[in-house]
Amino acid sequence: MSVLIFAEQNGGQLAAASRSAVTCGLELAETVDVLITGADCKPVAAEAAALRGVGRVLVAEADHLGAALAENVAPIIQREAQGYLYVLAGANSNGKNIMPRVAAGLGVQQISDIVSVIDGETFIRPIYAGNALARVRSVDSTRVITVRPTAFEPATGTDGSAAIEAVDPGADSGLVEHQGFQLSGGSGPELGSADIVISGGRGVGSAENFALVTRLAERLNAAVGASRAAVDAGYVPNDYQVGQTGKVVAPALYLAVGISGAIQHMAGMRDSRVIAAINNDPEAPIFEVADYGLVQDLMSALEELEGILATTSSPLGKSA
Amino acid sequence: MKVLVGVKRVVDAYVKIRVRGDGSGVDTANAKMSMNPFDEVALEAAVRLQESGVVTEVLAVSVGPASAHEQLRTALAMGATRALHVAADPALEPLAVAHTLQGICDREAPDLVLLGKQAIDDDCNQTGQMLAALQGWAQATSVSGLELDAGGASVTREIDGGLEHLALRLPAVVSVDLRLNDPRHPKLPDIMKAKRAQIETLTLEELGVDPEPRLSVLEVTEPPRREPGVRVSTVGELVERLRNEAGVLS
Ligand SMILES: Cc1cc2nc3c(=O)[nH]c(=O)nc-3n(C[C@H](O)[C@H](O)[C@H](O)COP(=O)(O)OP(=O)(O)OC[C@H]3O[C@@H](n4cnc5c(N)ncnc54)[C@H](O)[C@@H]3O)c2cc1C
Repeated sequence: MSVLIFAEQNGGQLAAASRSAVTCGLELAETVDVLITGADCKPVAAEAAALRGVGRVLVAEADHLGAALAENVAPIIQREAQGYLYVLAGANSNGKNIMPRVAAGLGVQQISDIVSVIDGETFIRPIYAGNALARVRSVDSTRVITVRPTAFEPATGTDGSAAIEAVDPGADSGLVEHQGFQLSGGSGPELGSADIVISGGRGVGSAENFALVTRLAERLNAAVGASRAAVDAGYVPNDYQVGQTGKVVAPALYLAVGISGAIQHMAGMRDSRVIAAINNDPEAPIFEVADYGLVQDLMSALEELEGILATTSSPLGKSA
Repeated sequence: MKVLVGVKRVVDAYVKIRVRGDGSGVDTANAKMSMNPFDEVALEAAVRLQESGVVTEVLAVSVGPASAHEQLRTALAMGATRALHVAADPALEPLAVAHTLQGICDREAPDLVLLGKQAIDDDCNQTGQMLAALQGWAQATSVSGLELDAGGASVTREIDGGLEHLALRLPAVVSVDLRLNDPRHPKLPDIMKAKRAQIETLTLEELGVDPEPRLSVLEVTEPPRREPGVRVSTVGELVERLRNEAGVLS
């Protein structure tokens, strides 16, 4: 009874961010318990129960939990948190939305977006858009923590056999009415967990030109990202945004095309293993963090890239 | 209707911060300070609701050092009706800020609290959700669309997969994202007028808030530096190096 993970589903599967939270939890204790809420939790509960290191899976299932409204979910987490020393969730949009409500309900100060565990009470978290790292010690008796997914490998394993137990799903709060999702869809890999991310910025110039970025991404089985300027200009939907206030990614390869490299953008990609940048301004700050920089007009570069890759490669993951 | 807007004084978004060599924190002594950009968006939303007649009073609140008066005057110049300062130095943690705002909500009875979704210094993204929890109110975070009437608030949230639409019962707490609006630049006469305006004050004691931090910052360091990279001269060279040197392309 020491670590409880609030896990969530994403398209009927255990979210990658939740798997990362499990890995983080296993740095704090030998086993962790997992709490899942939703309208239909069975497949995800089974997935969680099979993970290495999971002791128990608690499931709160009811129609009113389908949309993960904080007003409905936080009281369940708060109730189940009794007796646990740590309550963890991935720092994705649900974790960010719900966990502070849990922390305040428990009367504790949440520790947001940790990137490493030093010991049972000390953690490291980025501040100032990742331009500084703070080592913080918490004195609270229950520690409510959100975990930066890119800093912890997603937990794996399929041979665990944790017990699955139903818990009280509570009632609808009546405070909020969910009126629907408008999801951008997209067939490629998830931005947060792709091996390759290709991001376009304001320099791409138009939604039509952005199609070149998307086509290249498809060829490489890469996810597509964007700067805030590209999202604001309407080239791509909001959920493509990488940065301090968008998604944090750390792929093996991050290719920035027509992105200047503002602090707020770098906050979301500086931990990528290899960074490559294409920009026609040799002074662009992105070159200060790029392992490989190419000063060239991006339209001609994208066309050449496509040409070379068409003749010499097969998509990553599909090749031998 | 009455709206309360939270306004935090932070190091300006375009300042490159410096981490002190002794690990004691970030050097903010001579840095340009501004209103947290997300709070500017929250304030702009409140002022627009006031201009459209839905809202009759916009109360800007800052919990922080005495110098936050500067940001409260900016808020007044942008169109806030009143400004309230709660002195707190050193800065409070989000839970204590939420308790402070709770005390103010009890006195002022706002219909809506508008906050930025995060402050760009501590990047916590907590205060709005915590206040909503303490009050037992509806919440919406990362909001990029907002409509308000007597019946409630309709909001659009930016989420990982796209957008979410919610209808909130009032009173509610809404934390805003940058795409909600483009904040105005206050006009000179309004800036001059705001200079003479009165700023109300309350103390943490009057509000019954315990400022004691729960997290102690043991050390602040710079993130690891990346090794300097190389310039490549052609797309062909880029692909070749990504394949054979970095091994990240097949
Ligand atoms: C509070 C706050 C939060 C923010 N959060 C984020 C965030 O999460 N993510 C984010 O990305 N930004 C964020 N921003 C915005 C950020 O400060 C920058 O404004 C933004 O990242 C700029 O996007 P960009 O690089 O695409 O555009 P620009 O800075 O305009 O850069 C465009 C680049 O394209 C290059 N270019 C132009 N034409 C060509 C061409 N034909 N060929 C090659 N190169 C070309 C230019 O040389 C330039 O370097 C935030 C800002 C604030 C204040």
